[in-house]
Amino acid sequence: MNTSETFSRWDLFTETFFNQRLIDEYSGAIAKGILITCEIAVLVVFTGIALGLLLAMLRSYRFLPINVFISCFVDILRSLPPLVLILLAYFGLPSIGFSMSGFLVLWLVLSLILAAFAEEIFWAGILSIRRGQWEAARSTGLGHTQTIVYVIIPQAIRMTVAPLTNRTIAITKNTALGTVIGVGEILNQASTAQSFSGNATPLMMGAIAYIVLFIPVVAIGRWIETRFAWRRI
Amino acid sequence: MEIFLDSFFNFQIMSEASPLLIRGLGTTALLCLVVIPLGLIGGLTVALMALSRSPWLRWGTIALIDFFRAVPPLVLLIFIYSGLPFADIELSPFTAVCVGFFLNNSAYYAEIYRAGIESVGVGQMEAARSTGLKKIQALVYVVLPQATRNVLPDLLSNTIEVVKLTSIASVVALQELLYSADMARSVTYNSSPIVMAAGIYLLILWPVVRMLSNLEHKVGK
Repeated sequence: MNTSETFSRWDLFTETFFNQRLIDEYSGAIAKGILITCEIAVLVVFTGIALGLLLAMLRSYRFLPINVFISCFVDILRSLPPLVLILLAYFGLPSIGFSMSGFLVLWLVLSLILAAFAEEIFWAGILSIRRGQWEAARSTGLGHTQTIVYVIIPQAIRMTVAPLTNRTIAITKNTALGTVIGVGEILNQASTAQSFSGNATPLMMGAIAYIVLFIPVVAIGRWIETRFAWRRI
Repeated sequence: MEIFLDSFFNFQIMSEASPLLIRGLGTTALLCLVVIPLGLIGGLTVALMALSRSPWLRWGTIALIDFFRAVPPLVLLIFIYSGLPFADIELSPFTAVCVGFFLNNSAYYAEIYRAGIESVGVGQMEAARSTGLKKIQALVYVVLPQATRNVLPDLLSNTIEVVKLTSIASVVALQELLYSADMARSVTYNSSPIVMAAGIYLLILWPVVRMLSNLEHKVGK
């Protein structure tokens, strides 16, 4: 009696969380979600970091109006929850004539947020380079832009690797927020499948997909953190 | 320009929505008051476990930390809120958010505390022990105060992230600030309430972000 009862409870558990029939049925949808999550993540990492680096370089010219603008941009994007910006862009912009797909909104918003954090990190890196490096580079006849590109950035990058990796990982995980505006990434596929099937298996599949995707990323981040620990030379 | 002002800065709609938003802000504040201390305490406990001398406990804890750092908070929250009822564990939105945040925040705070404790030299612990303090006393009175000071910017930065993260509670219909704003938006077909919510977040968090920047530059020097 007792064993059969535990057996059936175990059956019920696998039935609701690891249902083989539903795994077969929805693995295609989850795979599609994984693809979309990866696409957005890669796009966001590239545009966000590139824009952040560009802003930090612009800031080094120390042209007041531009610096005020960059500081405000960075502060505002660091203070606002990503979901607020996503809802604002997705539901608000169409009323002034900018209609964007959920995919585009997610890409744009996450890129801007990553750019803000990356700018702050790159700028801290640039500031950490001693004045002598600037002066030496300029005295050999390099212009400001050349000094930044060939002398300052290569040295500053090393110090930015660890904090930038952590921040980038945190922001790529925000791709899950896309589900709120109907982007078909993993979470969206999983919760749609869950409400269709009335079973928790798709949700479990989605969670496992995220873990499989992000555990290596977190592990690499941990390795990078020890390898490139922020040290002042 | 007029259309822009009307769709984003419609003061009439804002003033009509303000009682709703203020109630939402109250829930957000309550949520922060619960999840931040929970996360700090959980994080410290987990950090001490991760620094344990037993390799099983140490590696087990580190695996657990990485697990919860790998799962996006929204996925964890939705799993707790709409997945667990299938296993007969039904939680109210508020409890679900607290549980999810506790698991996620503890992992992040733990990493920060761990770095902080590791930054305090072993000599400090040894010196404290040799003056006759017990291990727990040495930890509380000697190691932790120094550790906390060393990672103060990171603790503050993570706390800002936690406050921002409370906005995802809107997805499980907890009526916090963003949920209220979005509700007002869908009733009025106008984005001004969301702009207002953004303004409230900015008002609260901008000074803290500024403070953090100054603190980071000071510690860096």
